[in-house]
Amino acid sequence: MHMADALVSPVVGGTMWLAACGLIGHSVRRIEASAKDHLVPLMGVLGAFVFTAQMINFTIPGTGSSGHLGGGLLLAALLGPHAALLVIASVLTVQALFFADGGLLALGCNIVNLGFFPAYVAYPWVYRVIVRGRYGAMRGSVAALAASVLGLQLGALSVVLQTQASGIAELPFGAFAALMLPIHLAIGVVEGCVTAAVVAFVARARPEVLPVADAEPVRSLRPVLAALLIAAALTGGLLSGWASSLPDGLEWAIARLSGTEEVSALRGTWHARLSAVQERTAVMPDYAFRQTPLSARPDGSDGASAESTTARADAPSALPLGTSVAGVVGGAVTLLVISWLGFVFRKWPRAV
Amino acid sequence: MAFPMAVERWLDVARMDELARQGTPVHRIDARAQTVTTLLFIGVVMSFARDELSALMPFFIYPVALMSAGRIPAASLLRKLAVAMPFAVAVGLLNPVFDTRPALALGPLHVSSGWLSFLSIMLRCLLTVSAALLLVACTGMQRLCEGLVRLGVPRVFAVQLLFLYRYLFLLADEGRRMTRGIELRSPGVRGVRFRVYVSLIGHLLLRAMARAERIYHAMQARGFDGRIRLQFTSPLRLADPLFVGGWTLFFAVARVWNLAEALGALLMKGVG
Repeated sequence: MHMADALVSPVVGGTMWLAACGLIGHSVRRIEASAKDHLVPLMGVLGAFVFTAQMINFTIPGTGSSGHLGGGLLLAALLGPHAALLVIASVLTVQALFFADGGLLALGCNIVNLGFFPAYVAYPWVYRVIVRGRYGAMRGSVAALAASVLGLQLGALSVVLQTQASGIAELPFGAFAALMLPIHLAIGVVEGCVTAAVVAFVARARPEVLPVADAEPVRSLRPVLAALLIAAALTGGLLSGWASSLPDGLEWAIARLSGTEEVSALRGTWHARLSAVQERTAVMPDYAFRQTPLSARPDGSDGASAESTTARADAPSALPLGTSVAGVVGGAVTLLVISWLGFVFRKWPRAV
Repeated sequence: MAFPMAVERWLDVARMDELARQGTPVHRIDARAQTVTTLLFIGVVMSFARDELSALMPFFIYPVALMSAGRIPAASLLRKLAVAMPFAVAVGLLNPVFDTRPALALGPLHVSSGWLSFLSIMLRCLLTVSAALLLVACTGMQRLCEGLVRLGVPRVFAVQLLFLYRYLFLLADEGRRMTRGIELRSPGVRGVRFRVYVSLIGHLLLRAMARAERIYHAMQARGFDGRIRLQFTSPLRLADPLFVGGWTLFFAVARVWNLAEALGALLMKGVG
């Protein structure tokens, strides 16, 4: 359930980046304060382990499909929440950079969805509460199952919210949630079974590596508050998106997320100026789409940008033929020119 | 088992490392400059209105330029892109279903705004994913992590990335040997049963932890005191700010003006 770059607006992606930076900073501070040197290589190797484990599948009996380990909860159970979050974040970073799973803009979203929820919500509030340092078969299974189902449900819900708040995909909230949540319920059950079985295996083979009862008191309120804040920001953006008829995800998200006058002032200045420049300097006045003359517009207000977006979104049938043809022709020619330049570039460094 | 594909992906990672060790002008650009430019590129591309198509076209020059000047073969990038696309395709494909307002008229052909935004999602996916892959292919993990630390990323996290990357290949080999063993011992059986899988993963985990312990002891033997030291070698050169500045200028221009549409209009004027 990696979030993809192409579905995330810069505002949502940026907000999640900030949240992820805060999370990483927090966990780094906690790890440095714990002064456990042996964590440094252990975290690295376990990150590589998660990668390898994800490449190996098992068949789910009776379904014909196969499952594999996600690893978030297992890492938390082995390393504690802070080190687990860092390992998950590093795995996601490498996936984004080398395998194009997710992407750089969506990296913050993915760290929150796949790292924060298992490590800072499901682990301390469900897993630890149930397990309490005793790894019996029943207790361990219930704990792992409940925690991974909760973690994955929250993660999936967060994917839906982020997609909605970005406003790039058209999928209605209800339909997307109805699609994502049951799928991730199943994934959560599989993940819980694998985690429980692997922890039980380790508890039999090398019980000393598992954290004992209440080795470190977790459950500080800060991560929970951070989660609530993120949820509030996302929901705020989401609700306002429904209320607004403007489909441009970026604009309402900016307006709602910060909701202050500075923002409208900002929009009044740079955004309007940008679109004003765009219109004034249009190379093709014959083809450009102008319902009202420039002079009729309130100068410098955010009317210009709002109007142009509504005009484009709400009255597309009024779009004259010329603009679209110019766009298609221009787009095609641009691509041709760029690919030709690609061949030229390819020759060029050899000559240098 | 999905292993053969995974092995291919693996070889591709090693390939990326090879590509990153080239000495082209692009590879000589500082990792910080490339990271900043890549992030800026992705942010600008994603800031367009959601049904924008033609204005995105000029942005292809960034990945194409890096690819050609950095001599990164297009085939390996495209293979990775094909792996990356499905989620965005699956979600984006519903746009034409839910949004059927006509938006574009090409003679008798009417294109709905849902299709426009779907195509736009695909274009963005191509642009952003290729930019991220090219960042690694043109810097390499070691230099990239150095650059990240100098940009303010916590040392612990950068070292975690380096450690993870270094042991990826070793553990992947181990996993491959284990699954090959299972395949050879169970001919005619498709897939791995759950019980077998658990003990497989469990053993892999125990081996990984034992390896981490050995590494830790080796580090201690070499005087590791809990502080991580990284060595920085490359100073900024004049080319680095020029790289960032030049591309920033281009992104700004292409963000404000729809260059492709302008070109199209110009051409049509010339024809008509």
